[in-house]
Amino acid sequence: MTRLAGTDLTLAYDRRVVATGLGVRIPDGSFTVIIGPNACGKSTLLRALSGLLAPRAGAVVLDGAAISSYRAKEVARRLGLLPQTAVAPEGISVADLVARGRYPHQKLLRQWTPEDEQQVAAALDATGVTDLADRAVDELSGGQRQRVWMAMALAQQTDILLLDEPTTYLDIAHQMDVLDLCADLNDAGRTLVAVLHDLNQAARYATHLIAMKDGAIVAEGEPGAVVTAELVRSVYGLACEVIPDPQTGTPLVVPAGRTARRATPAGG
Amino acid sequence: MRRRIPLRAPGVALRLDLRTVGVAAALVVVAMLAAGVAVVGVGVRLPPADIAEILTGGGRRADRFLLLDLRLPRISVGLLAGAAFGLSGAVFQSLSRNPLGSPDIIGFTTGSASGAVLAILVFGAGPGVAAGSAIAGGVLTAIVVYGLAALGGGGIRRIVLVGIGIAAMLVAVNSYLISRARLEEATAATVWLVGTLNGRTWEYARLLGLALLVLAVPLLLLGRRLRMLEMGDDVARALGVPVRWSRMALVGLAVAVCAVATAATGPVAFVALSAPQIARRLTGAAGLQLLPSALTGAVLLVLSDLLAQWLLAPAQLPVGVVTGAVGGAYLAWLLSLQWRKGTT
Repeated sequence: MTRLAGTDLTLAYDRRVVATGLGVRIPDGSFTVIIGPNACGKSTLLRALSGLLAPRAGAVVLDGAAISSYRAKEVARRLGLLPQTAVAPEGISVADLVARGRYPHQKLLRQWTPEDEQQVAAALDATGVTDLADRAVDELSGGQRQRVWMAMALAQQTDILLLDEPTTYLDIAHQMDVLDLCADLNDAGRTLVAVLHDLNQAARYATHLIAMKDGAIVAEGEPGAVVTAELVRSVYGLACEVIPDPQTGTPLVVPAGRTARRATPAGG
Repeated sequence: MRRRIPLRAPGVALRLDLRTVGVAAALVVVAMLAAGVAVVGVGVRLPPADIAEILTGGGRRADRFLLLDLRLPRISVGLLAGAAFGLSGAVFQSLSRNPLGSPDIIGFTTGSASGAVLAILVFGAGPGVAAGSAIAGGVLTAIVVYGLAALGGGGIRRIVLVGIGIAAMLVAVNSYLISRARLEEATAATVWLVGTLNGRTWEYARLLGLALLVLAVPLLLLGRRLRMLEMGDDVARALGVPVRWSRMALVGLAVAVCAVATAATGPVAFVALSAPQIARRLTGAAGLQLLPSALTGAVLLVLSDLLAQWLLAPAQLPVGVVTGAVGGAYLAWLLSLQWRKGTT
């Protein structure tokens, strides 16, 4: 049983066709991560799954009906998306930005119910930004800002949350920070779908991995089964060794090095 | 931290921002004060006792004419047109995410002027037809600017650059038409080059008021969607805003609001440009807000008109000269600011 799936999708921007005949199912309760080289269509697939990009053929099905058959607000009450292009209005405070995530639940005369108040507080708390509530978003660091955007998506109160490259432009500590937050949200019962660039992070955090190449899904499943030296070579064209991550036991991709650059043993 | 008051009743759950409410109330008071001063007059004074007498049906005939047929309609048109300019300015600046994306910068008001000038000089139209042509000219210019910007595929930000170019061309067209006109026609047409409140009758006020009732109310109701669009199309869509439809409705209504206001007063410069930014600094809010922008526009236009009448009294300087002079300085400052930030 999956609440979100796409069947026989043809995805295209204007005249450029990115993918044809694409089928995908997002397992309920999973932390699904989509990986693949640049321009393989992973962000395009995420946009289609969120309803942002209408497929040229095929359909994205959400809770048993084509996503295009819902009203925009109805989709937004079932599925959240954090795109890469989010712009914070100049001078907006953290609490106000997060409160905007309540939009799909609000009406003209019902814009701030006790429920809204409570959900915003819960979202601030879940992402650890309660202390920043009155600060201006412009003043925050990149990592803090990403947490605030995630808080906004959480305030939307959806069971399914899609994230387009949530770790891009963050340093490694903040990348782990955001991924840990994702894992917590997944543990709390949400279905997460994220596009990530870092294979090792994907293998470590995902419960379900989808590998794409040239607009097609070439492998999917549990990370331990998907991430193999063979797959990395065929998808990325990179020779590597896959060893168990010393911390978690998940697959760790170690690219093959050129002999000339190999480090010499100390003292040698 | 901003202070807010929850407002809750059965079926109603709102949150009022204290500073915004305070600023809006203050703007209403200032607008009323300015209107009061304009009623009394800066040139020929009408003592309050006489005004009370006229309003209750008495008074001398000349005074009655001065107050009821000259001043009151002039003030009404000023308030309404100012609010309309502020409102449409806020919508366009917000959509283009650029203070310069204002209808008086990107050619819409100039286009309205072209429509009116063309009607007067080429087709010998009277004031009514000229006003209608002004609306048509503004709408047509908006279609051309949006069309050309969309053709280039550079998204909504290109509108500012395309619009400034179109505005420059339209100014040339207007000047050319007037340079070829006969003297008496040219006099009638020149009014359309600089906005003015001189000689605005109740007919203008009534039509403008009616048009704004139909156009501005739905525009204000779309204000929440406009705020969502500030965060980018994708975020707005993800939060449940039908982006394409909403933007089309916002642009269509704002173009119409600007066009009817220009039809009533001519292209009063810089009110649409400056009112939303002044309102934003007054309320200290994130992003542009529609109602405070409209109120600021009303205050700006009526105050500018008072200044215009007072400066060269008893001669009646067109209000557009004052807004042009003050607004021009503001524009220079804005451009230098944006130049430094590198966002133009």
